[in-house]
Amino acid sequence: MQNTRHVAPAARYFLRFIPAASMTVSYENSKIIFDGIKAAGIKSLSALPETWLGLLLQRAEDDPDIELFQVAKEEEAVGIAAGAYFAGTPHVLLMQNHGFFGAINGIVSLAQLYHVPLCMLIAYRGHWGEPYPWHTRGGIVTEEVLRALSIPFEYARSPERVAKQIREAWVFSQSSLSPVALLLTRDLMEV
Amino acid sequence: MERAGCIEMMYPELEDKVVVTIMGASAQELYNLGHRENFFYLQHAMGLASSIGLGLARHLPNERVVVLDGDGSVLMNLGTFVTLARYRPKNMIHVVFDNGSLLSTGGFDSQTASGMTDIAAIARGAGIEHVAAVATTTDFGEAFVEALERNDLSVIVAKVAAVGPEHYGMDLHLPENGFRFKRWIAERKRAGQPVTA
Repeated sequence: MQNTRHVAPAARYFLRFIPAASMTVSYENSKIIFDGIKAAGIKSLSALPETWLGLLLQRAEDDPDIELFQVAKEEEAVGIAAGAYFAGTPHVLLMQNHGFFGAINGIVSLAQLYHVPLCMLIAYRGHWGEPYPWHTRGGIVTEEVLRALSIPFEYARSPERVAKQIREAWVFSQSSLSPVALLLTRDLMEV
Repeated sequence: MERAGCIEMMYPELEDKVVVTIMGASAQELYNLGHRENFFYLQHAMGLASSIGLGLARHLPNERVVVLDGDGSVLMNLGTFVTLARYRPKNMIHVVFDNGSLLSTGGFDSQTASGMTDIAAIARGAGIEHVAAVATTTDFGEAFVEALERNDLSVIVAKVAAVGPEHYGMDLHLPENGFRFKRWIAERKRAGQPVTA
């Protein structure tokens, strides 16, 4: 047998479904998204590190003009975002869709209840082309959960449009005093 | 020691601070002393008061932020201590009133009631340097004054009796509270962000 791979039995089971040439996060598009965030006038970011957001967060960490908060759980970021809003500092939240689920009470009972805008950029894992089984349930229900919460959302699929979409998400969150979500899709985040 | 007495002791100092409280008794007892535009009452979203405080403190370096938290709320967001430790807002005082009870929702014992769980120890273990655990009004007052004089993140865990106000109610809609709170901060910024002692 050639090319022996030393992986745990469970991982070996799942790897059967994963294309041999595994996908990687797009360096170029991560830069375009980060530049888009900055071009929208954002000065502050909260995030929980996740694979698709990793390169973005590295840029945020290295940028002295961005105040970065890495949280232990995404619901904290809703509080931090509210604090930034009250303080008058433009802030966006970066999270995975599963983290969004974990933040829902804060979104409903702080942001929506008090009309605090949230501009959320959400890594839309677990949908078309998703090889990892553990992401799929969350991916399948994300859109319906957003609808159930009356959170306006758009899909970001192309690097040509994403900067404009970030700016528009930001503007709409501020004018509507509401949470809004931009779903960062596989088309945009992987190469 | 009763929480209402602690809040009354703090009240004169809160005149020029950015103040965030949790829901229920803490909010009501502060409100009953006289509402100010710089008080924000988080009447739901349990656990997030200190996260709001962190966001405020890091973006308002010339203000002092005081968060009035409780055991029931902070137990819902223990991760806040590690995030606070990491970003260490020097201008924030996090007061946790620990009455061992979910008082506002019927007075059920919280996990701290057994005496096994030590919120101050959790805060220290998270990496917060200045944590005071107090059980008398005098000690509370001293800890609060020390925190005010210290230019660093301070947590005060105050053991208090599980008693609250007899009546709940505010003549203040929730979004109105948020709007006015934000406006107070904006006006302070326009006026040149006075540095508080």
